[in-house]
Formats: sequence, C-alpha cells, structure tokens
Amino acid sequence: MAERQDHREVLLHAEDVVMQFGGLRAVDGFKLTLHQGELVGLIGPNGAGKTTCFNCLTGVYKPTSGRVLIRGIDTKPLKPYQISALGMTRTFQNIRLFREMNVIDNVIVAGLQHARHTDFDSIFRTPRHYVEEARLRERAMELLAIFDLKEKYDLKAGSLPYGDQRRLEIVRALATEPRMILLDEPAAGMNNKETEDLMHLISKIKRDFNLTVLLIEHDMRLVMGICERILVLDHGILIAEGTPSQIQNDPKVITAYLGAEEQA
Amino acid sequence: MESSSSQEFIQHLINGISLGSIYALIALGYTMVYGILQLINFAHSEVYMVGAFAAFYASRSLGLDQHPGVGALIVILAAAVAACSILGVTIERLAYRPLRKSPKLNILITAIGVSLLLQFSGQIIFGADPKLFPEVIKDVVLFEIGGVDVRSMDVTILVIGTLFMTGLHFLVHHTKMGTAMRAVSSNGGVAALMGINVDRVISFTFIIGSSLAGVGAVLVGLKYPKIDPLMGTLIGIKAFVAAVLGGIGSLPGAMLGGVLLGLCEEMVVAYFSSTYRDALAFGILILILLFKPAGLLGSLQREKV
Repeated sequence: MAERQDHREVLLHAEDVVMQFGGLRAVDGFKLTLHQGELVGLIGPNGAGKTTCFNCLTGVYKPTSGRVLIRGIDTKPLKPYQISALGMTRTFQNIRLFREMNVIDNVIVAGLQHARHTDFDSIFRTPRHYVEEARLRERAMELLAIFDLKEKYDLKAGSLPYGDQRRLEIVRALATEPRMILLDEPAAGMNNKETEDLMHLISKIKRDFNLTVLLIEHDMRLVMGICERILVLDHGILIAEGTPSQIQNDPKVITAYLGAEEQA
Repeated sequence: MESSSSQEFIQHLINGISLGSIYALIALGYTMVYGILQLINFAHSEVYMVGAFAAFYASRSLGLDQHPGVGALIVILAAAVAACSILGVTIERLAYRPLRKSPKLNILITAIGVSLLLQFSGQIIFGADPKLFPEVIKDVVLFEIGGVDVRSMDVTILVIGTLFMTGLHFLVHHTKMGTAMRAVSSNGGVAALMGINVDRVISFTFIIGSSLAGVGAVLVGLKYPKIDPLMGTLIGIKAFVAAVLGGIGSLPGAMLGGVLLGLCEEMVVAYFSSTYRDALAFGILILILLFKPAGLLGSLQREKV
C-alpha cells in the first residue's frame, strides 16, 4: 500500500509553510503531500494552528514563506476563486453559510463557476440560461438529497438547525465540484449519534465523488476510525505523522495532545 | 371643502411618491455598495452630479431640448447612465480597490476625499454657476381624476423609477451575477472560496449603483431643472438617510426608505412649513439611529470573530 501511494496523483503539496502573525508563528514548517483518494486527518490541541494551516492551503492567507502547490500549480499568485477552480474546497469550523439566502441558492452559488451561461444569457433569457439554470438546480437538489436536506431547499440557510447547517456547508463545498475537500471540524457540536452518521457520510461521499479528504478533528476516536494517515500539529509544528496506530502509540503525541487533554 | 382638502392630500401624495422614488434610486447605490464592501460611498452623490451634467451636455450637443419627447429622454438617460457607470467603476478601481485590505476607516476617508475632488473638479470643468437642465419632457397635465391633476412629469418619474427598480430586483434575484452579488454581500470571503470572482462582482455593483444614480440625476434634473457641481451634497445626504431609514444593505429597505422620506418631506412642506424640509431628513436620521439603528427592514449584522 505504501508503495502504491507514490503512484497516485499528487493533488496537494505543501512544503515549509510558515505563517507569522506579528510575533506569533502560528504555523512553522508545515509540510504535507496529499495523494488522490486519501483521507488524512490533521489533529492537535486547541490553538495548535490547524485552522491556520487550512487558511494557508486554501488561499485565505498568503503564507509568510513556503510553497503550496495544487496539482503542481503554485497557488501564491492565485485569487481564492482560482484556487477553487483547481478543485480545492473547504468547510468552516464556525459555520459560514450565506445565511440570508435560501438553502438551494447557497448550493447554486458554489456551482456558478461551472455554469456555461453568461450574464448576457441571464438578462436576455436565452435558451442557454434556462438549460444551465435547470442543470444547476437539479444538481443542487441531488446533492441536498444525499444529505437529507432536499425538503428544506426553500428555507433560509440561517434558520436551519445547527446540524443541518453543518451538512449544508459540505453540500455547498461539493457543489464546487472539487477533487479535494478540507473539512474543518465537521462534527463540532454534534452528539455521538450525529457524529457517527456524519463519518459514514464522509466515507460515502469520498467514494461516490472520488474525493480526497483532509480533515481537522478534535474527537480523537473519530479520526482514528476513518483516517488512513494522521498528522499531529502542536504549537504550529508538525510533531508526528503516521497511521492511526502509530499515532496512538507515539510518546510525543501522548504528551502533547492526549496528555494535555486528560489534564483539561 | 371636505373633498378639496382630500384632493389636495392626494396631490401631495403623488408628489411625495415621485420625489421619494428619486431618493430611492440614489439610496439603492449607497445600500448596494454598503452591502458588498461595508463602505459608505460618499462619492456616490458626485457620481449623481456627473450624471446630471452628462445628460445636460448630451442634450446640448444634440440639440435635444428642441425635440422634447420620450426619444430625447432615452438619449439623455443613456448618456447619464454611461457616464455614471464609467465614473463609478473607475473610482472603485483607482481609489477603493488598492485599499481593500486596509482598515475600513482609511477607505471611508478616501471616499470623502474622492467626493471633494469631484465636487471641485466639477466647478473647474463645468463652471460653478448653475446650468438649466433641458426640458426634454414638457410638464403638462395629462389627465385629471376627481379633481387631482396627474402631470406628465410625475408619471415619467414614477414609470422610470418603477422600471429601473423592477429591473434591479430582476437582476439581483434572477440572474447569474445577481446570485453572486447576494453571496458576496452575505460573506465576500466565503463567496471567493466557493469560486466567485469577487472583484468582478464589486465592479458590477458599482456599475449598477452608479447607473441608478444617473437615472436619478436625470429625473431630478427634469423636476428641478437647475444643476450645479455641488448639487449632489444635499440629495446625497438625503438618499443616504433614506438608505439608513430602510436598513442599510437592504435593497427593499432603500426603496421603502426613499419613498417614506419623499412622502414625509412633501407632507411637512404641505402642512407645516417648507423651512423644515431639509431639517426633516436629519431629524429622521437621529431618530432612527436612536431607536432602530438597524433600520426598518435591516438586520443588525453580528460582528464576526
């Protein structure tokens, strides 16, 4: 298996990523290579710099130094929408839906970049406008159906219950037609049952959409359950990388992460 | 006696709504830009002023005041809309975009600077003395219903105002760009990550908002045909008040706020004293900020952490 990984396409390659905020080095020398079809977990105690890593990878922050390549392309000069067009998408730890828009429009927005009609088509209502709009809606409804949100398509996104909002974020991310998806604590605030369902769902969409997944999670059990490979971040520094069983037995991880959690 | 006072009231109602729809058109520009950038675009009132002059010069060079009518109106509207959208998008490109990442206060002060620059450039280029706006629509009584005169000017203003506001609604809710605009207005950073070209949406917003100011300028020019380079100041503030009254950032709010402000002004002038006409807008602003800072249709945005 380890040898086979090398033959899979490299979707994401980050090397020596440093993110400095004034005197704080939030991320220091982060590196990661993600192959097509992997499911990788990124864990670490609160404030370890996990979300900052995500922000560097998705172009929200420009790293102070280091490189992020998506499918071989350096993302440094790219705008966030161009990075999205390379097939990278994400969800947010604190939910960031378009709250005032209804559920289906949230999903449609994310699909717009692939729609072939222009504003001219929209204004003059050409046949292409109708064809493309219908396709966008249909696709959005299909995705909503997978996440049990189909019946709620017409509600305001901000009015949905918490768990629905979390799942809608994933639907929206999928609508960008990604090759890889970065999930930032997708199970935060969910109970055990919801978390378990969500994990099955993540495995399912990974299979069905042929996705590569990078996942930040706090719940150790959950990451151990589904990830093939785990990275551990502490104080902005990668302290370990390996299979779930290697991570569980790594003394550095136990002191930095598990130890800290037991004390808390 | 009874009926004549109610006729009078209806007359004032018509006047108020027609004035209000002009405020609404201009208020929309403030509210759209605020919705997208959280910026009070103080230069908007000068974009409006330039629209009036563009219409003035278009009419003068083509001799349109000799041929009044709908055709002439369309031509000067097109001139105003073209000039305003080019100016609006240029201001955004040169003055605001380089400051996109700086603190909000910097860009706000820049907006005030651009406003002053345009006011005084206007005095140099157009001259400080007022000009007479071409009378492309003759203000005649079209018909009379129950003793109430329906004048061509008010009909023109109402028709054009309604037309453009309906157009805007269509644009925002039923086009590709409109969907993107709503997303950017809701959360620009996230919209960018979902594949929206935010710069393009912002340019488009300035084009639309400025165009509406151009339309407003032509309508004001028709109703009060005296234009000068400082004409934007007062109406700009009033339109801004209208936007705040309706809830800044909300498009229906700007329309409602504009019409309400127009109605209130007309009624104050009719039943109290014209002295209070301009004080009213400021009075409303103070009251709304005290008692309902989010405006009538607005919702207070929670600060994001």
